[in-house]
Amino acid sequence: MHEEPVAGGVLQVRGLVKRYGSKTAVDGLDLTAHAGVTAVLGPNGAGKTTTIETCEGYRRPDAGQVRVLGLDPVRQAAALRPRIGVMLQSGGVYSGARADEMLRHMAKLHAHPLDVDALIERLGLGSCGRTAYRRLSGGQQQRLALAMAVVGRPELVFLDEPTAGLDPQARRSTWDLVRELRADGVSVILTTHYMDEAEQLADDVAIVDAGRVVAQGSPEQLCKGGAENTLRFTGRPGLDVASLLKALPTDSAAAELTPGSYRVTGTVGPQLLATVTSWCAQHGVMPERISVERHTLEDVFLELTGKELRG
Amino acid sequence: MSAGTYTPKPGAAPVGRMIAAQAALETKMLLRNGEQLLLTVVIPSLLLVLFSTVDIVDTGSGEAVDFLAPGVLALAVMSTAFTGQAIATGFERRYGVLKRLGASPLPRWALMTAKTLSVLVTEVLQIALLTAIALALGWSPHGDPLSVALLLVLGTAAFSGLGLLMAGTLKAEATLAAANLVFLLLLVGGGVVVPLDKFPDAAQSVLGLLPISALSDGLRDVLRDGASMPWGAAGVLAVWAVLGLGAAARFFRWE
Repeated sequence: MHEEPVAGGVLQVRGLVKRYGSKTAVDGLDLTAHAGVTAVLGPNGAGKTTTIETCEGYRRPDAGQVRVLGLDPVRQAAALRPRIGVMLQSGGVYSGARADEMLRHMAKLHAHPLDVDALIERLGLGSCGRTAYRRLSGGQQQRLALAMAVVGRPELVFLDEPTAGLDPQARRSTWDLVRELRADGVSVILTTHYMDEAEQLADDVAIVDAGRVVAQGSPEQLCKGGAENTLRFTGRPGLDVASLLKALPTDSAAAELTPGSYRVTGTVGPQLLATVTSWCAQHGVMPERISVERHTLEDVFLELTGKELRG
Repeated sequence: MSAGTYTPKPGAAPVGRMIAAQAALETKMLLRNGEQLLLTVVIPSLLLVLFSTVDIVDTGSGEAVDFLAPGVLALAVMSTAFTGQAIATGFERRYGVLKRLGASPLPRWALMTAKTLSVLVTEVLQIALLTAIALALGWSPHGDPLSVALLLVLGTAAFSGLGLLMAGTLKAEATLAAANLVFLLLLVGGGVVVPLDKFPDAAQSVLGLLPISALSDGLRDVLRDGASMPWGAAGVLAVWAVLGLGAAARFFRWE
């Protein structure tokens, strides 16, 4: 029962610029998102929230163009709003309202909402009981915000830092819901500064730094393309590295880092591994402690921006 | 929840149903809030009982309750349309409620309509309660109920405009403090329980132009003196309504 993907993707951002006073929050950002889960990854202050809030229709771009489900989020807001679900980073609920009361209210604003009781059960909001929103735990408040984003059966859901500050179990539960949404044909745009979240959930990752997208692709593509992978082994000292290099593809490099400790970098795949081991066999070398290190998104991010993602 | 549970099926509810739901929720939030009830129910009721039965302020000739009941009705309108609405809306803005609703299918005009309905429902409850108390205290109202209704509606519009202007431009804490202060000042200086003619002449002419004075004196003209429509008071309220609502529409910030 997958919906047909919207032509041109669910989200198209071209040359978006957004300034607050003299500070440029978003600086010529391009982003295209297709059906599925797209993660917008970047450190705090990179412009993630400003970008998402522009897509949600909260901010008017200073320059550039934004299309969400083919619509202008400011000029065609009335047509767009019923089709999207929004989870703000915090707040959004009457401080005196109970969780079920607020969720039922959001359901009433939509024509074909989800079964509220089932959603309360699914997200464990039953434990909120008759407690007012302001007295709920941070995790409960976040799960309520998530429930409010999906209750209207939207085509596209925006989740702004959906698991920030959650305990591991609540994070996994939120991840499961995102996977269920995706499986049922709901597209998801989520911002995060957690690498593992992007790696776990996203079909597509856009890395944002200083108000621009610095790289975009699937987690696999980004880890392959943005950085080299590494193969290490130990053997007897003084192996003929130049001879090894001749056997390897041209984009590879090999070095003896310390006596007996070798490193090969390049496109490390099964073929390269086979080449290295067969070279070793020809030279009577037993490669010990052979290991393949794949670059993580974290490494990619560090290489692209020169910054640690957290901290 | 089974497979296909979340399959998209978007759509806005009919706008009438959205407004009804929103107005019901807003009214529920207001009636659940203890501080709001203090302002809108307890204080007007206490003032009415206290000043009618204990001779604290000289309210002129005639029964004290005939002077006080119209003033307290005006105070009730101010407490809900201005003070209560300003504080509630200010905190809704602060806590992102207005922002979140802004991304829902509920249009802004429908949200404001719902807020107005919620204010009117609350006022009807207040007026029913205060009227019952006043009648028990021996109040004998006169005049045309339609004139009374028109004054109440104009007063609601004037106070709503000012309340929303405050809520949409100041910080929530500043709104809380200022709305309570204004409530207190207008309670004292707006002809609610203290007749305006107790003030010096110069002050009277200024105080008479306040929306609370126009509403309380206008209601008094009708309910106590049996006057037909007091157009002067109605005009003052209409000017406040136009200025307040216009400024609120122009300067209100949703976040």
